[in-house]
Amino acid sequence: MSIQTPEAPTTLPPAEPPKKVRTGRRSIFLRRPFFTIALIVAAGYVLAAIFAPYVAPYDPVMQDINAMMQAPSVAHPLGTDSYGQDILSRVIYGARYALIIGLFSVLIGAAGGLVIGLAAGLSGGWVEWVLMRLIDSILALPSLILAVAFIAILGQGVDKVVVAVGLSMIGPFARTVRADVMQVRVQLFVEAATLMSIPYLRVIWRHVLPNVIFPLAVQVTIRISEAILVSSSLSFLGIGVTPPTPDWGLMIAEGRAFVSFAAWMSAMPGFALALLLIALSIVGDGIREEFDPKLRRGA
Amino acid sequence: MIMSQIQTKRPAMAPNPPVFELIEVEQEFSVPKPGRSLLSRETVGLKALDGVRLSIAQGASLALVGESGSGKSTLLRVLLGLDAPSGGRALYRGRPIREARARGTGFARDVAMVYQDARGSLDPRMTVGHLIAEPLRHFDIVPKAEEAARVAQLIDRVGLPTDAASRYPSGLSGGQVRRVAIARALASEPSVLVADEAVSGLDVSTQAQLLTLLRSLQRDMGLTLVFITHDLGVASYLCEEIAIMYLGRIVETGPTDAVLERPAHPYSAALRAAAPRFFEPIPEPLPGEIPSPLDLPKGCRFSSRCPAAQDDCRLRDPQLGQQGAGRAVACLHPLTSTEAQASETR
Repeated sequence: MSIQTPEAPTTLPPAEPPKKVRTGRRSIFLRRPFFTIALIVAAGYVLAAIFAPYVAPYDPVMQDINAMMQAPSVAHPLGTDSYGQDILSRVIYGARYALIIGLFSVLIGAAGGLVIGLAAGLSGGWVEWVLMRLIDSILALPSLILAVAFIAILGQGVDKVVVAVGLSMIGPFARTVRADVMQVRVQLFVEAATLMSIPYLRVIWRHVLPNVIFPLAVQVTIRISEAILVSSSLSFLGIGVTPPTPDWGLMIAEGRAFVSFAAWMSAMPGFALALLLIALSIVGDGIREEFDPKLRRGA
Repeated sequence: MIMSQIQTKRPAMAPNPPVFELIEVEQEFSVPKPGRSLLSRETVGLKALDGVRLSIAQGASLALVGESGSGKSTLLRVLLGLDAPSGGRALYRGRPIREARARGTGFARDVAMVYQDARGSLDPRMTVGHLIAEPLRHFDIVPKAEEAARVAQLIDRVGLPTDAASRYPSGLSGGQVRRVAIARALASEPSVLVADEAVSGLDVSTQAQLLTLLRSLQRDMGLTLVFITHDLGVASYLCEEIAIMYLGRIVETGPTDAVLERPAHPYSAALRAAAPRFFEPIPEPLPGEIPSPLDLPKGCRFSSRCPAAQDDCRLRDPQLGQQGAGRAVACLHPLTSTEAQASETR
């Protein structure tokens, strides 16, 4: 259509990629130092997970009887566990499972929540009533308890954990989506589209969905950490991922018996988990505050 | 250039039925009965429109004027086919409006709307270019290749800067957003433009620009214009005809100049007198509040506030009746021109 003018960026909307925001105002990375640090930490985890075979010094499941329960040293920077497995390597590989489970279960939860929330928000009447009572009953249980129930049905394994955690997160997603849909569908531009005799489904697709999907994407970034926590709790309880898979929750559980004289066995994966969760929360909050149209509309 | 094309495509259809015709249209909403007990489900009918008669001819420009609560917006929803009237008949080119709307995209393409809240009527996640292209695409008006060119023409026609197409509504000023809304309405090449308070709440200079734009559009494209406003000055500038509403009924219609110069209904006279003028104190406003439509005064609905009410006004409800050339008034004792003068200078 026409060329972007240099003075336009301040007027660009939140939905645009961050690149354009940066040109008009001070860079988000300068304005939010904690966000930047958290982003670097989270990116470090992602890179470590992707390139685990290259950065991990040992095979995560290689047992070495000669190096059992060694304290952190040069050879084993984070020490070894009761089977002589290198904890650093296991933590690095554990990041793979944590991130995969976190991401995919949140996507399952968001997709399910989007469908149910859209249906409930748009239908009204008894359909909405039934859907929302269903959601209420899901929300009545904490997501960990619910995930335990799903694991009991599905059985153990990484894929089962993804599904169980994902299903248990549908409830909160559905509620936020429904609230957004109810807010958007009464907006004037939806009525204007109806007035133009645009078919109902196209109005939903073109005007309701884009205005709902963005807050949902923000929710996804915030809830990844919750999903990781729930999945780690499952493996800590011994019903999630099966050993010898290098999973943080599992590692913490294994080191529990030795915590009085080999504290690093539980502490190191615990620290890795805590750091990732804090980093993800800060990143999620930063993204929400930066791009949420409700917080930025006046800006 | 494009406007002339549009004009040739739509030859004058002079002897056709009026574009809109409302015959005794009523719109009744049921609302909780005032003072009902907490558990009771009693409702009463609230007549937002009560016997509206109105006819809008092809190419006419009509201003619909009235206080808030007089039923302007309800009437608008009936005109646009968003609500079915609960009584009477609302016709679009001789056919019920709801039926015309249900028959396909023809009605939606022919009758375009500019909302009072122009910003709210534009999807905040679409660029101006996409917003204007949406009706083009939906009604299949231009081939895809010419879409960008047509959008640029429309943007130019409403006086927006060329680079506006890539901007978002949130980055535009109030006046610019209204121009976008107008461009979007024009994109479907309508023959009727319905504008709800399209210039209220803007700077006077912006108002003037928009009014000039609307007037030139109306003349160039032969649009039928229905303009809802509470500003008599705007009405007299833009519209040849005026319809004044009071409590769900049209109390006076006619050519704008004639009605405003010599109002026949005491309410029109009061409205005329209440408009602030230069170098003059604001005249005495009408006494009292607009009555609740749930509790209409007996007889004429204006009798409780009318400065010229007589005894029979409180007994008989006047209907809209012919009063001089092209004018109609719903009053038992319409003002003569001298009385109108007197009440104006009151």
